[in-house]
Amino acid sequence: MVSFRCRRYHDRDHSRGTRTILAYTIRRTAILIVSLLIAATVLFVLLRLLPGDPANALVGVGATQEQIAAARAQVGSDQPLQVQFVTFLGNIARLDLGTSFVSRAPVLAEIGNRMSVTLPLTLFGFLLALIIAVPLGIIAAVRSERWYGAAISVVSQLGIAIPVFWVGILLVWVFAISLRWLPSGGFPLRGWSDWREAAIGMVLPAVTIGVVMGASLLRYVRAATLDVLGNDFLRTARALGSSFPEALLRHGVRNGAVPVVSILGIELASTFLGAVVIERVFSLPGLGSMLLLAIQQRDYPNVQGVLFVSTLLVLVIGFVADLLQRFIDPRLRSRGSVAP
Amino acid sequence: MSEPLLDIENLTVRAGEATLVSKLSLRIERGERVGLIGESGSGKSLTALAATGLLPAGLTAEGSVLLSGQQVIGAPDRQLNGVRGTAAAIVFQEPLTALDPLMRVGRQIAEPLARRARRDGETLSRGRLRQAVLSLIDEVALPTPERTARAYPHELSGGQRQRVAIAMALACRPDLLIADEPTTALDVTTQAEILRLLDRLVRERDMALLFISHDLPVVANTVERVVVLQRGVAVEQGPTQTVFAEPGHEYTKSLLAAARAFDAALEGRA
Amino acid sequence: MTTTPEIALAPSKGRHSLALAAGLVLVGLHVGIAILTLFWLPYDPAAMAGGRLEAPSWLHWVGTDRLGRDLFTQLMIGSRIALLVGTGAVAIGAVIGVTLGLLAAFASKWLDDALAATLDILIAFPTLLIAMLVVAASDTASLGSAIIALGVALSAIVARLTRILAKRVLVMDYITAARTSGTSWWGIVVLHVLPNIWPTLSVNFALQFGLAVIAEASLSYLGLGAPPPNASWGRLLQEAQGTVYTAPIGALAPGLALLSLVIGVNLTADGLRDTIDPTRRR
Repeated sequence: MVSFRCRRYHDRDHSRGTRTILAYTIRRTAILIVSLLIAATVLFVLLRLLPGDPANALVGVGATQEQIAAARAQVGSDQPLQVQFVTFLGNIARLDLGTSFVSRAPVLAEIGNRMSVTLPLTLFGFLLALIIAVPLGIIAAVRSERWYGAAISVVSQLGIAIPVFWVGILLVWVFAISLRWLPSGGFPLRGWSDWREAAIGMVLPAVTIGVVMGASLLRYVRAATLDVLGNDFLRTARALGSSFPEALLRHGVRNGAVPVVSILGIELASTFLGAVVIERVFSLPGLGSMLLLAIQQRDYPNVQGVLFVSTLLVLVIGFVADLLQRFIDPRLRSRGSVAP
Repeated sequence: MSEPLLDIENLTVRAGEATLVSKLSLRIERGERVGLIGESGSGKSLTALAATGLLPAGLTAEGSVLLSGQQVIGAPDRQLNGVRGTAAAIVFQEPLTALDPLMRVGRQIAEPLARRARRDGETLSRGRLRQAVLSLIDEVALPTPERTARAYPHELSGGQRQRVAIAMALACRPDLLIADEPTTALDVTTQAEILRLLDRLVRERDMALLFISHDLPVVANTVERVVVLQRGVAVEQGPTQTVFAEPGHEYTKSLLAAARAFDAALEGRA
Repeated sequence: MTTTPEIALAPSKGRHSLALAAGLVLVGLHVGIAILTLFWLPYDPAAMAGGRLEAPSWLHWVGTDRLGRDLFTQLMIGSRIALLVGTGAVAIGAVIGVTLGLLAAFASKWLDDALAATLDILIAFPTLLIAMLVVAASDTASLGSAIIALGVALSAIVARLTRILAKRVLVMDYITAARTSGTSWWGIVVLHVLPNIWPTLSVNFALQFGLAVIAEASLSYLGLGAPPPNASWGRLLQEAQGTVYTAPIGALAPGLALLSLVIGVNLTADGLRDTIDPTRRR
């Protein structure tokens, strides 16, 4: 006796899924570009708001009127603000970030150089953080009554309360100065061509970042695991004969990954910023030291360039994380809106 | 006379100091349909969980629960895994959370199907598995099996999801189907359809049924024998007609009175 | 949207209150010290009261720094500065953020979407880097500018959270009930929305306190903060880094001070979170 009422069940269109993903990607890319424009605008405004004329930075104190005027013309600060803005946007679109006031070198090239230090540091640190956070977070959730489960939770509390650079200083003290196992800082002049030295120089900084970020990430893994363990569909799977490990693997992992992936983007961006500070501890010639130097020297093009590239990086990471989330969780696909 | 499918004797479930189920005894033979009724908090669902060894952490069970001859209380998961699904399968109350939201419905039905085949010593080719999934979807009266199999749980309505849950339970080919408030989360029209579906399937496959509910009329039409639970204690047991027509215990009487008052209000009587 | 996951230190209620008590003790300690510094200091922070890099002794509890100044005095001042930074940044962030968030929650769909998108972009900004710039550019009142810069950065996150919480409250039935009984929108905000979102927000503020203190420490460490005698702990760490082998206490003490304050605030926040909303699942 088949129920004839079946026909009135709303026949949902499941092919809509693929079309939506493509449409969403396009829309998200558009949002990314708009965000970049807004970011560039904010930067532009910010730099113009700061006291001091960039032209002064170019020629220094005690310059003559003509020199100052010439500098202004070169920098472009003699133009009305709207013209400056349009020129600025145009340059950014062409990836022309200007030339440094101090070194006369193109900003983009210098940033590229520095990225070869900061990016690997960020990635190694983040990878290490994941390796620490995932197993420990799961253990902390599954064995929360045992002493080591609770201990891990305590340690992760430390992770969000501790300044990254302090951990760096302590690690330098222990491993570099006291034990002399690793160098206390520095990076080979020839960069990655001296790959052995470069790698060794990366160890302590990456470990510093990895440990602190790992403790921070651990909280999210633990929360996600607790959430998954309480989920009904695990119970359903077991009620139908699945063993606990099997149910966890088949259903738990993917469901648990969803909230963690959403946070990974933010944590990666955080790691990047942490790397910038860490470079000072270990005297690494990365983006951070470039920015610091540029700020002290009032080297506006460099400052602007680093800030813009950093913002770009963070926005792109957010973009990728967002798409990844949509890919993993089909529930997010049917929704159209972007804002929560 | 074969052994009973489910033999519960003096089951007591405790959570720390509190006793949630107290000395419950219940037996279900092959093909029998038994109802477990009581208010929320009476321990009905816990009985179903205890019967399959799925009590949440923090709760302890004492007594004896024999599921297909296997002692459940105190048994390690290794032993229970084999019995779950084959001897008894559960359909839970809340279909939205009972299904994996990230997995297509067809795959979720295929999992217990493949497992049962493995246990029987057969190997199902992918094509045969797919066919079996589709025919199960059809059997629970879901439309367009091909499309439904590719859907995700959130793309289906509550009633459709519950049918999927039933299909998953059926895929195990259990001797005993435990339905834990299967229609409580659904609207009234869907409720009726799901009940008719359950009724038909249980009869066709000659399964035993343990139907747990707080809703008396629903239970009355579905089972032959009824157990009334009040705060974890079985206060009355007997054939449905008898218990409902001449209730012995005060609590049963009050439950029936409340149900009748509701019916009277529906029909416009004071 | 990120909600900080609940990470209770221990399952049972007894240990919860222990955590809360410990947190309050730590915070109270720092507050007490900070207030004390307004009236009395063991030594003149600028004076060279002893030899350079002396080890801890009865005269100098934590020893002296590389110029001979008493380190314990500087730590005490650091407490005051850290509390100032934390409360200042969070307060600025709260005022701006809650206002913006409420505006967005009440706004028309179009405006709300625009605001939400803007907030997301602002949050994406590398705040630490921009704070570096702002602080460096206004080097006269660097503490004040640091507080303002951090406050503005925090406000974006507060605004986003407020918006989400307020929107959730606004669709509740009791709001409709209040409206039909004649309460003005302003009354709704004060009587219903704010009290309901306040618990979650305040826990958020407490956690942001720690973030602000650490951020300021990072800025000072990078050399963008005031030098002694008004040095924050970050600056002390920067000065101690070079001499960490000969005088490790100089690098340990400020870090531990910072750690104790931030942990204290976090423990208090976690403890409060569980008292405020006992229905929260662990």
